[in-house]
Amino acid sequence: MQSKLGLDFNRVEYARSLAASIAAKVQKFADDYTTVTVERTLCRLMGIDGVNQNEVPLPNVVVDELKEKGVLSHGAIFYIANAVANTGFTPQNIAEKISDGSIDITRLPILSENKITAALEPIVKDSITRIVERRQRREEYINTLGEGTKPYLYVIVATGNIYEDAIQAEAAARQGADIIAVIRTTGQSLLDYVPYGATTEGFGGTFATQENFRIMRSALDKVGEEVGRYIRLCNYCSGLCMPEIAVMGAFEGLDVMLNDALYGILFRDINMQRTMVDQYFSRVINGFAGVIINTGEDNYLTTADAFEEAHTVLASDFINEQLALLAGLPEEQMGLGHAFEMNPNTENGFLYELSQAQMLREIFPKAPLKYMPPTKFMTGNIFRGHIQDALFNIAGIWTQQGIQLLGMPTEAIHTPFMSDRYLSIENARYIFNNLKNIGDEVEFKEDGLIRNRAKTVLENSIKTLQRIDEEGLFNALELGLFADVKRPKNGGKGLAGVSAKGENYLNPFITLMKGGK
Amino acid sequence: MSGGLYSMTSKEFDKTLDLTKVTPYGDTMNDGKVQLSFTLPVPEGGEATEAAKQLLRKMGFDNPQVVFFKELTPGYTFFNCYGNCTHSVDYTSIYVPKVESEIMSMEETDSFIKENIGRPLVVVGASTGTDAHTVGIDAIINMKGYAGHYGLERYEMIEAYNLGSQVLNEDFISKAIELKADALLVSQTVTQKDVHIKNLIELVELLEAEGLRDKVILVAGGPRISHELAKEIGYDAGFGMNSYADDVASYIAQEFARRQKKQ
Repeated sequence: MQSKLGLDFNRVEYARSLAASIAAKVQKFADDYTTVTVERTLCRLMGIDGVNQNEVPLPNVVVDELKEKGVLSHGAIFYIANAVANTGFTPQNIAEKISDGSIDITRLPILSENKITAALEPIVKDSITRIVERRQRREEYINTLGEGTKPYLYVIVATGNIYEDAIQAEAAARQGADIIAVIRTTGQSLLDYVPYGATTEGFGGTFATQENFRIMRSALDKVGEEVGRYIRLCNYCSGLCMPEIAVMGAFEGLDVMLNDALYGILFRDINMQRTMVDQYFSRVINGFAGVIINTGEDNYLTTADAFEEAHTVLASDFINEQLALLAGLPEEQMGLGHAFEMNPNTENGFLYELSQAQMLREIFPKAPLKYMPPTKFMTGNIFRGHIQDALFNIAGIWTQQGIQLLGMPTEAIHTPFMSDRYLSIENARYIFNNLKNIGDEVEFKEDGLIRNRAKTVLENSIKTLQRIDEEGLFNALELGLFADVKRPKNGGKGLAGVSAKGENYLNPFITLMKGGK
Repeated sequence: MSGGLYSMTSKEFDKTLDLTKVTPYGDTMNDGKVQLSFTLPVPEGGEATEAAKQLLRKMGFDNPQVVFFKELTPGYTFFNCYGNCTHSVDYTSIYVPKVESEIMSMEETDSFIKENIGRPLVVVGASTGTDAHTVGIDAIINMKGYAGHYGLERYEMIEAYNLGSQVLNEDFISKAIELKADALLVSQTVTQKDVHIKNLIELVELLEAEGLRDKVILVAGGPRISHELAKEIGYDAGFGMNSYADDVASYIAQEFARRQKKQ
């Protein structure tokens, strides 16, 4: 592709090599450690699901037991597979027996490696097949029904009640939405378990549960068939249960997941060691399940200034890209993030936004870039807000973004009404249709404001990446190099759930998922 | 629909402003013009439009007009409407409690604190409870501020601490004790099902239990917070939309000086 910005791709590759070096150092750490949620994910992959009489999810029951007995480092697979080989029970039976106290899997005789492997094999095969079939089901739908053209129109539903969400989602799909994101209830990111069953109460969003995923997937399949377009479902692989949400999504046919490597550390004060291990496994699963991940760079700009800190967004996109590649996630599934968040009073602000959006398009040509709408400068003046969203939509179609997260005129007032969503979708469709090929027609002037802006942002991001590479990512986070937020390596939530891997540790899923398609 | 653009309907009403009978203004004094939009859970059609008009009449609008409708999804129709409001209010008898302080610039506040208090004030802020939004507290505290109004961190005579989001009330209080806070700022953005009210009240109760309530200036802020609401639930002041660091800083400085004098 000919660069419309005159970008120096040698500099781009240099930036990428810095990010690769940063990511490789983090990966060494992630490879040697496990966490409670990674182990619970493995329980789920072995077919353990449901809750006990105290509403504690069985994966938590199993992993808490191992933690209490001080053997978490050997991992859930080793003990469950050994218990299966000893007793002939299913992993689900064993989890139930752990819950009622009728079995102690840490005291069973340790059988030979062959016997453990033999017991494990069919269990692993079952869940791999389950995920592969889900993935094929999506591909089949897209081949037969078709899908919307890019940029995909992405809207949120957030009623707190999954059944009400389904009504809102169906309406949005009929109006033209391509992706429905069910916003999570406030505070779920800090729960160290995933709630169970269908839920009808939430604050500012709806609980992410496997049953809720199933309800929404089935509603979207139905409306997708009606409108003749596959409708993607999005949720959030973030917080303290990143890989568990990923596996639940893989089982239930989610298509898009918010899944940032650094977001939890910076904005939810989750421990950085915990997050690095969790993000890795969650991305391995998302990669294998064909799920598009969305990264959260837009969040930097809600705290920092969008003009001054644009290079931080680009630097983080480079790092997210490299960490995702290490998890086996292909570029076509990387919804790297950025946002239209410049102060609307900035002179030529639109030109700078256009420059940055085009720059990201050219630097990450295969990625379905996730473009976030204005939120910080939405004021309650819904009429002006609608125009701010229109400018955002112009930049989106012009630079061929992958996922256009539609802004709502009522942003900053309430979670969207059905009519807000309608107005936003109408706004985007009108602009996308009228300006469809503008990007093919217009080039940017040499040495002009737009080209120079892109060059400056790239050079500044290289400086940032050099600094992070010198310090290492963990130190960089301690020093506050991202979004001015400082996080101590041993601070934050969830550190107690991190453990070095022991000698018996087993996780055959990583190899299988990274190797196979 | 273009008929409405050059309406020849009678304008036989008193066109002088009377503050004891204030009604909306479109383009003529006392015309009562209001625009509104809403969705009814019915399919589009003549009955839907009539339903919208009847509803407008019940809301107190004369001459109800449906200028646009669209069925959003089967069984839900969206309307844009106009009507003439038949109600009025007596503006002269309204009393709204306001934060009683003079708004000063950053420099003025700094010198006010130097002269009247003589030491920097410690201000601790957080978005508490399950609320994950930092946009409000960041706008008030962070160096950069918001919309050209510098945040409290930039004030020479204010020592500001931003604890971020999802801070438990208990943790907020222990941090306040540790930092010897003079003022506490609580930001609440998520207001669905009044979750913010419960959380704000819980903080007051905890402060009272610790015997700290009178030792700090307690301020609530957020897009849906008013001074009146804040006072009602036991806060010293509340700051809603379009409030900036200057407003908060001026208030804290003047309130602190006022309390000092009392002692």
